[in-house]
Amino acid sequence: MPSNRMDTGGRIDRDRPLSFTFNGRRLQGFAGDTLASALLANGVRLTARSFKYHRPRGIVGAGVEEPSTLVELLGDDASGNRPATTVPLRDGLIAKSVNCWPSPGFDMGAINQLIGRFIPAGFYYKTFKWPGWHLYEPTIRKAAGLAAAPAAPPEQGHFESRFAHCDLLIAGAGPAGLMAALTAGRAGLRVMIADEATEAGGSLLNRRLTIGGTPALGWVKAVVDELATLPNVTHLQNTTVWAYREHNYLMVNERAPDNPGLLERNWRVRAGQVICATGAIERMLVFGNNDRPGVMLASAAQTYVNRYGVRPGQRAVVFTNNNSAYAVAADLAAAGITVAAIIDNRTDVPEEARTLVEDVDVLAGHVVTGARGARQVRGVTIAPVDGGASRQISCDLLAHSGGWNPAVHLWSQSRGNLRYDDTLTSFLPDQAAQDATSVGAANGQMILADALGSGARAGADAAGITMPDIPTSADLTYAITPLWRVEQGRGKAFLDIQNDVTVDDVHLALREGYDNVEHVKRYTTGGMGIDQGKTGNINIIGTVAMQQGAPLEELGTTTFRSPYTPVSFGAIGGLREDSVVLPYRHTPLTAWNIKNEAFMYESGARWRRPGYFPQPGESFQETVNRECRIVRNGVGVYDGSPLGTFEFKGRDVGRFLDHIYTNIMSTLKPGHGRYGLMLSDDGLIIDDGVALRLSEHRWIVSTSTGHADAMNSHFEELLQTQFPDWNVFVTTVTSQWNNATICGPLARNVMQALGTDIDISPAALPFMGFADGHVAGIPARLVRVSFTGELSFEVNVAPRHLPALWDKIMTAGAPFNIAPIGSEANHVLRVEKGFLSLGHEVDGTVDPYDLGLGWVMSKKKTDYLGKHAVAIRRSGTTNRRELVGILPQPDQMIPEGAPLTPGGERRPTEGLVTACVYSTVHDRWVGLALLENGHSRHGETVHARLKDKVIAARVTPPIHYDAVGERLRS
Amino acid sequence: MMNIPCPFCGSRNEAEFAFGGPVKPDRSDPNTVSEEEWVAYLTQVPNPLGPVQERWWHVKGCGMWLTIWRDTRTHDIVEGPADAE
Ligand SMILES: [Zn+2]
Repeated sequence: MPSNRMDTGGRIDRDRPLSFTFNGRRLQGFAGDTLASALLANGVRLTARSFKYHRPRGIVGAGVEEPSTLVELLGDDASGNRPATTVPLRDGLIAKSVNCWPSPGFDMGAINQLIGRFIPAGFYYKTFKWPGWHLYEPTIRKAAGLAAAPAAPPEQGHFESRFAHCDLLIAGAGPAGLMAALTAGRAGLRVMIADEATEAGGSLLNRRLTIGGTPALGWVKAVVDELATLPNVTHLQNTTVWAYREHNYLMVNERAPDNPGLLERNWRVRAGQVICATGAIERMLVFGNNDRPGVMLASAAQTYVNRYGVRPGQRAVVFTNNNSAYAVAADLAAAGITVAAIIDNRTDVPEEARTLVEDVDVLAGHVVTGARGARQVRGVTIAPVDGGASRQISCDLLAHSGGWNPAVHLWSQSRGNLRYDDTLTSFLPDQAAQDATSVGAANGQMILADALGSGARAGADAAGITMPDIPTSADLTYAITPLWRVEQGRGKAFLDIQNDVTVDDVHLALREGYDNVEHVKRYTTGGMGIDQGKTGNINIIGTVAMQQGAPLEELGTTTFRSPYTPVSFGAIGGLREDSVVLPYRHTPLTAWNIKNEAFMYESGARWRRPGYFPQPGESFQETVNRECRIVRNGVGVYDGSPLGTFEFKGRDVGRFLDHIYTNIMSTLKPGHGRYGLMLSDDGLIIDDGVALRLSEHRWIVSTSTGHADAMNSHFEELLQTQFPDWNVFVTTVTSQWNNATICGPLARNVMQALGTDIDISPAALPFMGFADGHVAGIPARLVRVSFTGELSFEVNVAPRHLPALWDKIMTAGAPFNIAPIGSEANHVLRVEKGFLSLGHEVDGTVDPYDLGLGWVMSKKKTDYLGKHAVAIRRSGTTNRRELVGILPQPDQMIPEGAPLTPGGERRPTEGLVTACVYSTVHDRWVGLALLENGHSRHGETVHARLKDKVIAARVTPPIHYDAVGERLRS
Repeated sequence: MMNIPCPFCGSRNEAEFAFGGPVKPDRSDPNTVSEEEWVAYLTQVPNPLGPVQERWWHVKGCGMWLTIWRDTRTHDIVEGPADAE
């Protein structure tokens, strides 16, 4: 058994030894240990190197406050920057120190100690600013060297999220939290109580107190057992309430839930009321070399002996400014540690404290001016607080306590404000901003009886019942005389151990004018990082106060931000496994497309669509060219299902459509369709599409695929907020109507081969007409619209019929060499026709006139969305960018988005290329562009200015193919 | 995440709603107002530091467009829809 492990005591299981590896050394601990307690038990004292100066560091704390020993876990536990005090030991754990290479004992970066006086606060800001921080950043980041992120998510197990609602959420299962949970749980409230430790009890786990005359942990066990019997109570350990958001919404991360394969579960909790029972965190004292391995928070030393059965040293000096460390000294002595002396800055030590340690030498009115020893503490130098001769005491453990800070982080995140309390010398919760209350040490109730009482009171208030009886307990009074820093002595005195921020750094910041605590924080980095200043923040504020002669309450605190402690990204992400946040949308043909080797990708609004169908040996361009020729010369078919489709019903639909479209829709006869544009009221084109009038009061409106969701919002907002009395009902039917669109000069032949009871002659079913009936025996609505410029039949069917229809089309079309067409060819065909595409030609600056669509702007209607805005804008502007066609000279591709500049010179742009495709009709590249005054510049030559060359292009009308449109009407 | 009172569904997580922006004055007939007034109507969106009336759409719920008064400093909903519980 390692020499520092006590033979008895602690909440570890000596029958369950565990092996682990730290920095390559194989070591042993016990079930119930943390990595930190196991390291101390093995006598490992040098566990880390500091962030900036690479000074030797040991273990400082015993819980989430640990600022010093951050480790990287390897193997199955792979994760970075974990405080060793919060890593439960398990068999096979592999850990290594961060911040040092190759080891904390022999660290190359320690050279920074020698040049330490040249790298004060702000050094990096001042030094690495020319020519730019980004030049230096990678090297500096590597030298700073926090742990690397794991290369991949854990192989075994997964993360999940869960929503929960409760009447009362209690953060913390110490004496106050447990008392609150018991009181409210017994009264029947839906209670959720979460605590960050592996077992309930809070500070009671670390101290030797009694409740009701018996050891306090007996009371804890009885409460936990009773809570387990209450079906209305959810009790979670190893679970951190890490964020408190608006409307009592809290983030609660449960580590290692009792569920095979589940690594962490992040609860999102909406709570009726919240009780912050988050306890208090001990702060350090600030003196020279207060970071040496072996200098430890008093409460941590107490925790190691009481909870883990580990002696963190053989001969201790206790340095304090308050009563709590006297109980620590008594516990250390009881554990067999020699307590050489208690150094107390107070001249009058309360009798109740002193009687706890009658055999110990108490030096009242003294301070530790420095710790001695290089790689670990070997003694301390002490001196009277008001000056005088110093002397030395040898020790290998210095347990210090600068007082207690209520853990107000959650409270503060809830926007509850804080007040400075002179008696406690710390910041306390004051006015609540949400339905929250603080109890126990988190509220400044530092004595056990007060903590139990405040918990019971809050639980009773939440449940609306009378105050229950409180069990008896005994505890020391909390009395403190502030000591923000020891002014005598030499050596670096650290305020923030994690970020290597010293008293000198804060003084420098103040001298350089950073006199607000938020500025001090940013300039020195004090209070940042993983521990978020849990041990050091108030000392920084105290140091600023001392230097400026201002009271702490005027300085205030820096902002407490979530997370309270680090949370893994996996827990936040939950079960998402794919590369996308929102799932893709599929049509019923996805399987067919994949089987037929389509190249699938997203083509707007998360729809997975076939881009093109390559045949063996075909290049991308060859495939697209082939598909284009098929449509222009023969017949092709594509899946048009993703097109946004809405059914409108009601007496006022015509009136409503007249308001949202620029042209008149209400005059349309049933059985006919009309193309239209929709503008926002500030005159921007938001969508285009076709409206079909099914009957007097029933319409189908199609929108572009990518804008279907936005248009749905637009329709509903107008109808519900502006026209609530209008009789119009909108139903999204995009996924209720699928379609196969047969297009090309032979489309009618394929329709005849399929067989239909609809008269498909041009006279009976003209362009923009539609009819209901059957196609290949399947109920269908046949619509004559065209997105390709060719004769097209859009065969709309129920989704369940689409695969069957598709197969029949392939069979019936085989004699005509029909082929499936991807979205790439569709894009080429629409560019040849000069059809606009949202996001290409419509970019949020153009209006219908710019696109040559002035005819669609009704003159008859006195008002419709966007009419007046367009008129106002056009009356005030010249040099509009207008849609034109372009033919690159010589024939070549111009990248989409290429700027057009006068003469191709380095001058302000006069437009841009919106699309450029290879036209199989013209056997050359053709494009579309928005060009200043383009409508009057046909025949001119313009220039696209690229990074490495200038390409000339001839300006043409925007329609490259079948300008009169006889093919689509055929 | 806010908790938004829907008159039809009750209090629901903000994630179920889409933001509809601050409520602007009622749309008047543009033929009866000056050009300046119309431009002001189109471009000036209420932006107070404090309570603002705004619309939310319960798109992943009942589909209702509703109106709340939200304090932009605190997210407190100082007044819900008139008929919300
Ligand atoms: Zn609703």
